[in-house]
Amino acid sequence: MYLKEKLCLLLFTTASLLFVGTAQAQLQIEIVDGVEGALPIAVVPFVFDDPASQPETPMHEVIAADLRRSGLFDPLAVEDMIDRPGSPSEVKFGTWRLLKVDYVAMGRWIPDADGVSGEVQYHLVAVHSGRTLFSRAIPTGIGEFRLRSHQVADAIYQELTGTPGAFASRIAYVKVSQPSTEQEQFELIVADSDGYGPQTIVRHSQPILSPSWAPDARRLAYVSFATGRSNVIIQDIFTGQREIVSSSPGINGAPAFSPDGRMLAMSLSRTGSSEIWVRDLSSGRMEQLTSHWSINTEPAWSRDGRHIYFTSDRAGRPQIYRVQRDGRNVERVTFEGQYNSDVSVDPYQGLLAMVHGGEADYRIAIMDRESDRLRVLSPGRMDESPSFAPNGTMVLYATREGERGILSAVSADGRFRQRLVLTDGDVREPAWSPLMR
Amino acid sequence: MKFAVKVLSVVLLSLLLAACAPETRDVPPESAPEAQPDRPSEPVDIDRVDPQDYADSRNLDNPDSLLSQRELYFEFDRSDVKPEYLPIIRAHANYLKANPSARVLLEGHADERGSREYNLGLGERRGNSVLDLMRAEGVSSSQVEVVSYGEERPVCRQSSETCWERNRRVEIVYTAR
Repeated sequence: MYLKEKLCLLLFTTASLLFVGTAQAQLQIEIVDGVEGALPIAVVPFVFDDPASQPETPMHEVIAADLRRSGLFDPLAVEDMIDRPGSPSEVKFGTWRLLKVDYVAMGRWIPDADGVSGEVQYHLVAVHSGRTLFSRAIPTGIGEFRLRSHQVADAIYQELTGTPGAFASRIAYVKVSQPSTEQEQFELIVADSDGYGPQTIVRHSQPILSPSWAPDARRLAYVSFATGRSNVIIQDIFTGQREIVSSSPGINGAPAFSPDGRMLAMSLSRTGSSEIWVRDLSSGRMEQLTSHWSINTEPAWSRDGRHIYFTSDRAGRPQIYRVQRDGRNVERVTFEGQYNSDVSVDPYQGLLAMVHGGEADYRIAIMDRESDRLRVLSPGRMDESPSFAPNGTMVLYATREGERGILSAVSADGRFRQRLVLTDGDVREPAWSPLMR
Repeated sequence: MKFAVKVLSVVLLSLLLAACAPETRDVPPESAPEAQPDRPSEPVDIDRVDPQDYADSRNLDNPDSLLSQRELYFEFDRSDVKPEYLPIIRAHANYLKANPSARVLLEGHADERGSREYNLGLGERRGNSVLDLMRAEGVSSSQVEVVSYGEERPVCRQSSETCWERNRRVEIVYTAR
């Protein structure tokens, strides 16, 4: 099974090049507000004994770029490195102290006899104490260097901050080209968390919205208007296999996978008003959780899968509510502000991010269930679609610059921001995937 | 030769990819929306048409007739129909009653403010408000369908009230006259 999946992954990459053919512009990620006191670290070029097997983008570059983008690290430029150790025993600590580097990361690819499979050995040392913080190895074949680089960056991030990294993940987003023309096109695109390797997984002249990841980080649920009506579709991003999971009369919207991946919550208006429903994905059994004449939409599962948060305007204006998985005990969650909607649940700590606004502006706010206080994180006027990173450190969201949609990411403490911009077209509806294995 | 190789590899890859596919139901091929473009079929000889004859299909293209008005606008985050639009809805209701084979789509739309899925709900509620009024006039449910596009199909793209008020609308689209 594992081998089959790997083969299919390889095939998908080859096939998409053949079938799609058009190069997709990549999101450019820029740091807007930096953090003071970023940790000085050196990521030494990883050793490849056979230079021919060196990946197109060297591993150390991917790792250093990830760490820099997090805002918490200040990686040393390679040209300023005096030597290039491949293992902790080769580290001359005095040299790195002079360069004012606190940590040194290094590694080497050890190929098997076939020259295709092998493993990456990687290490992290603390310069002041001279201690080796970790020495690990991870099976790595040709073609896997980019994912492994992100995983090495995740390991470094976790060792030095205490929080798991989120670099080995993807983002999905919707790109709109030539809006309001006959040629208007909607594309659902999946790229690595650093914007690399964007792939269009579906393209249509009718709207696409609300992408939502399954916990396996390979299936996406989304809403398509391809038939002129809304449908909820689940698509495997590697095989392209699609299944319509809901096409009942009225709205079929707002899909959200349960934390165990077995259920899909949706908002359906088949009964006349939009209500929260849950579909068992193996049996197809449907359960209606809410029953109220108001709009009930944007379900989001709690981390333990026992509750579903949702948006309802049953009290007049949209606010966040919570219902038990069995449909009992609907309770109101937000009371601050005129408009709160579209909750994203932090998979790490359980914080809530939402669209918070009035008539003048709509911003991303975060709520801690302990204090029930809202904290506004984003500075925009038209911010929407918040989506937590799998480690809860950042919230990705959509914002506007003039008439153009761009993506932004802000740290959960609000101190650090990034802009994710495409050279062409309008981007919106970001969804950050769980970690890839 | 090169071409043959490419074709062969495409075929091979398709077969291999098919083997990767989990066993799920196939999605039918994507088709264009059913709604036909709502354009005039032939010039209207206005002299011979009574603009208040709401049974006459020629009035759908007659600028002097209420039947040519097919866009209704709403207040922010509201879905109640403004009284000024009631005569338009009545005119279309009369047309639908007089022409049982006529069909309309009520396309509900919202402005860009707030979240997209909530706006999908809002667009549907606006469509339903118009539907309810048509039903109250005696129109058969089988002739009318509500589709919400939320904020996905704006007619105007600036972030300003003059633009937003044009986007908060229900469009009456005849799919059969």
